[in-house]
Amino acid sequence: MKWLATVWVIVLIALHQDFWLWTNKTLVFGFLPIGLVYHALYAVVASLTMWMLVKVAWPKELDHIEPVAPVAVAVAEKGQTP
Amino acid sequence: MIPSIVVFIYLAIVLYIGIFAFRRSTGSREDYFVASRSLGQWVFLLSLFGTNMTAFAILGSSGMSYQRGIGVLGLMASSSAIVIPLTIFFIGTRLWGLGKKFGHMTQVQYFRDRWQDNHLGTLIFAMTATMLIPYIIIGVMGGGEVMQSLSSSPVLDAAGKAVLGADGKPLTTSWVSYELGSALVALVVMGYVFFGGMRGTAWVNAFQTVLFLVFGGIAVYLISTKLGGFSGIMDKMAESKQLAPLLSRERISQTEFFSYLFIPLSAIMFPHIAIMCMTAEKVTHFKKTVIFYPLCIAAIWVPCVYLGVLAAQLFPGLTPGETNGVIPMLLTNYTEVWVAGILGAGIMACVMATDSQIMALTTMFTQDVYAHYFKKPGVDRFQEDHRQVWAGRAFVIGIAVVSWLIAWALHREAGIFELAIRFAFSGFAALAPIMLAALFWKRSTAAGAWAAVLWVTVAMIGSAWLHTSSEALVATLKPGVMYTQIYPALGDLFLRSRGGVTVYGFLPVMWMTLICAALMVVVSLLTRPPKAEIVDKYFPPKIPAPTPAT
Repeated sequence: MKWLATVWVIVLIALHQDFWLWTNKTLVFGFLPIGLVYHALYAVVASLTMWMLVKVAWPKELDHIEPVAPVAVAVAEKGQTP
Repeated sequence: MIPSIVVFIYLAIVLYIGIFAFRRSTGSREDYFVASRSLGQWVFLLSLFGTNMTAFAILGSSGMSYQRGIGVLGLMASSSAIVIPLTIFFIGTRLWGLGKKFGHMTQVQYFRDRWQDNHLGTLIFAMTATMLIPYIIIGVMGGGEVMQSLSSSPVLDAAGKAVLGADGKPLTTSWVSYELGSALVALVVMGYVFFGGMRGTAWVNAFQTVLFLVFGGIAVYLISTKLGGFSGIMDKMAESKQLAPLLSRERISQTEFFSYLFIPLSAIMFPHIAIMCMTAEKVTHFKKTVIFYPLCIAAIWVPCVYLGVLAAQLFPGLTPGETNGVIPMLLTNYTEVWVAGILGAGIMACVMATDSQIMALTTMFTQDVYAHYFKKPGVDRFQEDHRQVWAGRAFVIGIAVVSWLIAWALHREAGIFELAIRFAFSGFAALAPIMLAALFWKRSTAAGAWAAVLWVTVAMIGSAWLHTSSEALVATLKPGVMYTQIYPALGDLFLRSRGGVTVYGFLPVMWMTLICAALMVVVSLLTRPPKAEIVDKYFPPKIPAPTPAT
């Protein structure tokens, strides 16, 4: 699944360069320029892409990381929540 | 007057939030500088987003859209909507892990330890601090401009008619001057950062983001109602030979549009974002952040860009310096006074994202310079915490005062957007390969990082010089012509547009980033590999999962 996600991210970045709409002045619903609508929808697709990445490529090794630094130990010694 | 009073109330609220955060503080340096790494997931999302929403995002984006059209959304916002969440996902989570594991609070602390080179860390500190300062000044300048704009009213003659200036436009007067407005913003930010530290800053940012998202929607609706919908204005623009290009991307070249994709790489290299990544209580808090971040960007930028374009029809003939004020102008002209006031406060909220930069610069100064070079021997760690927190607070006062003085002295010297792009965004973006190499490439070396950082420094100075020295060429550009050659003998190598310098039509940031990455790789491979114990520290061998007993 990870390779598929990688390919999709590359495709999505390529889709950002929507040269086919460059000089198009069509107004969607009579008041929204089509180039604006495209990039607003692009942000929505980006959000869905990040949801997919969280599902398939989350760095699980970070979920149970423990502090080893003296600073964190000091705070813990003082009875504070690190 | 009412909008500016609402803004005053808002300023009082955020100051109170900072003081309230002070009451929750434990007094340790980890608490003051990274909120004890304890932020919940919604505060983390909203404050991280709010930190990145600056004067430039609101005032600069609408001003630029006024001049260049709807393409500004793709140029800056939708590119950020994919690149920033990706960098937070891949880099931000790792920075959080390093902070949690080793107690790092800044990028420089990590680089120093990762490559065992103090001087490299000092160089990166000096460079990032220098690039961050203009960002803070922009915030203070933006604050002054918004306060002045919201408190303005037309000058009337004895008969009650508006007095016109020499340019035929109505004269206005403001009861809050730019100088006073910017001083107030600097003072309030200084107040809540001084008291509340990172927790106060994060809470204020979260509050500001919610305020802007909620009342931004209301304002767009009210402006639309007042104008009788947007269709009529858009139709007029489409019919106008002069304004129709704003409805497409005719005023932006494809190469420039492409190279803007590199700019959002700056986000994760901005110290205020990187430090903010270390404040989350759990790494799982990043999940909602990366998913909702693109939606928040769309919610803020789509109206700002759209209204900026609309303003070209409603307020024609504004100069580039005046276009940054189109949103406040729309608010005062097309909404009820109370909405204009609350939205003015919302804009002020974005302008005051400068709080995160002040907090970040304070953390960097305290951790990377003060604690690193002036650690007092024989002082126990609790006394040391106390010293560092108070050194940080003294620094907050200093940087706020200096920023205001510069904002006051250099007002109208440079456009908000230009200043940010030239001195901060490109440089930070070009440094991203260094962070990637540190996190993901065991073989990367200090020498590679030195070469990359020095290259970025030289390239930034060079592009700034080229930009300034080719300024006179802009006047020679005919309408409809986007570029002119700076050195005709070199062909299209260096081109000058109204926006700035390009290299073969691409923004310098693209070349800076690619060459930085290449130098990092080549010089690392040509120099001695890092010590095994350091590699093991930052790339611990994965322990295989135990096989279940049969």
